[in-house]
Amino acid sequence: MGYLLEVRNIVKRFGGLTAVNNVSMGVSAGEVVGLLGDNGAGKSTLIKVISGVYRAEEGTIRFKDREVEIASPMDALGMGIETIYQDLALAENLNTPANIFLGREKMKKSLGVLNVLDHDYMHEESRKVLEKLDILIPSLRNKIKALSGGQRQAVAISRSIYWDAKFLIMDEPTAALGVAEQKKVLDLVNRLKDHGIGIIVISHQMHDVFSVADRLVIMRRGEKVAELVTRQTNPDEVVSFIVGAETVRK
Amino acid sequence: MAEHALARESRGPALSVFGRNWAIFFLLLMFVVFVFSGRNFLTVANLQTVLYSACTSLLLAYAETFVIIARGIDLSVGYVMGFSTIVCAGVIRDLYATQFGVHWPAGAAIAVGIVAGLAASLACGLASGLLVARFRVPPFIATLGVLGVAYGFTLHASDGGFPIAFLPNVMTGIGNGYVYYYNPALHAHSFFGPPAGTTAQQIKDLVRLFPNSLILTLVCLVVLWHLLKNTRFGQHTYAIGGSLDAAVRAGIDTRRHLLQVYVLSALLSGIAGIVWVFQTGQGNFVPMGSNLELFAIAAVIIGGASLNGGKGRIISTLVGVFILGILANGLALSGVETFWRYIATGVILIVAIVVDQLFPDLF
Amino acid sequence: MTRKSGLAGFLGQRWAVLFLLLEVIVFSVIGEGFFSLNGVQIVLFYGTSLFLLATAETFVIVTGGIDLSVGFIMGFSAVVSAKLVAAMAVGGMDPLPAILIALVATLLIGLLPGLLSGFLVGWLKVTPFLATFATGGIVYGVSLLLTGGGETKGVPDLANVIGNSYFMYWAPGHGLSFFTRPEVVRGTRVLEIIPSMLVVTAVVVIAAAWVLNRTRFGRHAYAIGGNEDAAVRAGINIRRHYMVIYTASALFSTLAGLIYMLEYITGKPDAGTSYLLDSIVGVVIGGASLYGGAGTVWGTILGCLILSVLETGLRMAGVPTFDKFIAVGLILILAVLIDQFFPELIHKED
Repeated sequence: MGYLLEVRNIVKRFGGLTAVNNVSMGVSAGEVVGLLGDNGAGKSTLIKVISGVYRAEEGTIRFKDREVEIASPMDALGMGIETIYQDLALAENLNTPANIFLGREKMKKSLGVLNVLDHDYMHEESRKVLEKLDILIPSLRNKIKALSGGQRQAVAISRSIYWDAKFLIMDEPTAALGVAEQKKVLDLVNRLKDHGIGIIVISHQMHDVFSVADRLVIMRRGEKVAELVTRQTNPDEVVSFIVGAETVRK
Repeated sequence: MAEHALARESRGPALSVFGRNWAIFFLLLMFVVFVFSGRNFLTVANLQTVLYSACTSLLLAYAETFVIIARGIDLSVGYVMGFSTIVCAGVIRDLYATQFGVHWPAGAAIAVGIVAGLAASLACGLASGLLVARFRVPPFIATLGVLGVAYGFTLHASDGGFPIAFLPNVMTGIGNGYVYYYNPALHAHSFFGPPAGTTAQQIKDLVRLFPNSLILTLVCLVVLWHLLKNTRFGQHTYAIGGSLDAAVRAGIDTRRHLLQVYVLSALLSGIAGIVWVFQTGQGNFVPMGSNLELFAIAAVIIGGASLNGGKGRIISTLVGVFILGILANGLALSGVETFWRYIATGVILIVAIVVDQLFPDLF
Repeated sequence: MTRKSGLAGFLGQRWAVLFLLLEVIVFSVIGEGFFSLNGVQIVLFYGTSLFLLATAETFVIVTGGIDLSVGFIMGFSAVVSAKLVAAMAVGGMDPLPAILIALVATLLIGLLPGLLSGFLVGWLKVTPFLATFATGGIVYGVSLLLTGGGETKGVPDLANVIGNSYFMYWAPGHGLSFFTRPEVVRGTRVLEIIPSMLVVTAVVVIAAAWVLNRTRFGRHAYAIGGNEDAAVRAGINIRRHYMVIYTASALFSTLAGLIYMLEYITGKPDAGTSYLLDSIVGVVIGGASLYGGAGTVWGTILGCLILSVLETGLRMAGVPTFDKFIAVGLILILAVLIDQFFPELIHKED
């Protein structure tokens, strides 16, 4: 089975600095790949190339077995490639359904003439997607500000799923979360696998990565220095690749 | 986490009613105080005076409401209003009062004048909006610059601040008119004008209900309320104010939206200017230092919005405007000098802010 | 944090300096008597209040705030000091001690609004826009209360003499004298150099610049403006800092009011209201960011000079004052756009 998303020989430069140097990797549907590396290794740059924020100087991107061009974030979103950033990009002053439908609000006709927001529909649809993903949020009418970090993370993820994301990129999903919440988010990620979504997770938390990722890709100084199957490796080995104690094992 | 959310909800109702409505409570309280301390406060005539003079303040405050929800600010509202007043009145005078050898009928002149006034305000709104949305100039500066330019043009057009007169009398008839009239001497009533046969002596005994200018303001109120609550435009305004980032990443064209918000603000200010021409029968400019914008902003904040954006409602702004308006009116009728108005406004504003700090989630 | 300190920051405003020079040249050509000692002094004379209020704003804006009460405090202090002096003079006190006591007393009283604003911003976390608007309104109301709307009379002439005196005089046959006008035969031309009030202002401004550039307090101000959270975590006592900043702002505004009183021997509540917008404009042209963390006193002075030259030049060239507003508005927008699109022109060391 081919990869759902694959990048081949990506090179990205900023002036004299080569942030990503000839990196290739792939993610299958229903698979989670952990993207690891120290600060400055090039992980963020690589995912920004995938999500359309940057354009690579060289290399190709393949999605669903076809070569594609991702020239802008809109292109990526249009294909179903969604990124969940660390700051979640949620509007704290709006409630859950409002956030899930932000920018794509559903309207209905009122009094036969006026177009008004269909709050009931959006509420119901939100409830359904949260239920499908087994997420518990007591009151959808509360503003996001009242939700915990883990719940907000869940809302951000539900938003992507509702709009038919096929591929998710998650940047530090469990940073700033408590232990119990981290577990909930990781459980959610595992459930997403069952829905056939391909996921890249960037994380510094070794424990998280080992509990959800099927494979690990490690970058250092812009290059891919290792690609490991999670079950066949251990944290110490991973760390040594991150900091450079071991040589390349592809 | 679930427990916290639930706990907050149960604490919610009682305190949130207070937090959300402290302004209304305060308004009622003030009202009661002034009924006792003010001469002729609680009369139909006085209350209608309050409503009448609130018209322009309401429009300016509505303008600020949208801008403030979007985490912006518009310092130019008062001066755009003055600009549109002068342009509108000037055009009407030039067409009607035979300035250029033309003598248009009143109706046509007025119509063109209104369009001209609105166009003037539209230009200001476009300028502010482009500066903020496209060139990312901070709203404070952008609207400050625009107001300076608008003010300069206003002075030019009014020859340094002279009122523009020679306008058709029918304008004050509309602007100062009421919907319902009753002449007790004749036992006759009529709509939109005094009953036929009313003599000059009887005029002061006429019973008048519902100022005309209020009609326009109410229509605006309903339209804007609908805009903010029920449309995508309103929803996106809140989103942009809450998190510009989230809005951008949700695919909202924030640049175009911000432009629209500032244009809306200027248009409302323009409408206020035109209402003012009708109310006063003249084109009076707004002098520098009138602080109309500061009172509009204060009304919005007292109504519960935050300068950080993301919060605010049309009805709440209405309450804020009336708090300030009734305060001025009540103090005057109670024989208190005007400077107490400033002091009182300052104190009320501080209270409003502190309450907002203490109960931020309940608005 | 883009802090431009001292001379480097000053020279960094390259475009602003060029603009100022351009202005001076243009007005010298089209205005009568602009480019003369007299013209320069008129510019600076108009500028004294503006410099002080703008310095007040600089302190506040650097920390990321804004102060809407500076004009009102200026009027307030003019009124209070005028009333105090008049009351004491009527009571039979000699003018000089009366004036001195009034000045000192007003200086202290004028700090009160600053303390209030500082408390609101620092402790109650009120947004500066609203806190200072509210405080300013209250101060304005009190000023109106004190004057009953009219002007104060009864201030002894000595005040006028002090307020309008010059630092240096030169008269033929008398040589140089400082602060006091030489007694000359009627009709002899006395050269007046540098108004005393300007000297006072200069001293204050230099002191303010020193505080902002060279003290820990000043560095903390930039830190708070740059990132309040980081400043808190770095151990800076932001509550106390805000208190001091807004009190300092009130101090400068009070000084401006005192100078006004000395120059015009009266106090009006409105004395400072027309300077508010100009002072903020001056600060922004001078390179500060309304979000805080940047800006210098010298940059502000430069911005104010641009405005003050503009105002005076337009007046001397016979241009109607309406155009001043248009010009100021356009310049302000221009300044910000330049800052946006050509940051190299301003941030020399970036």
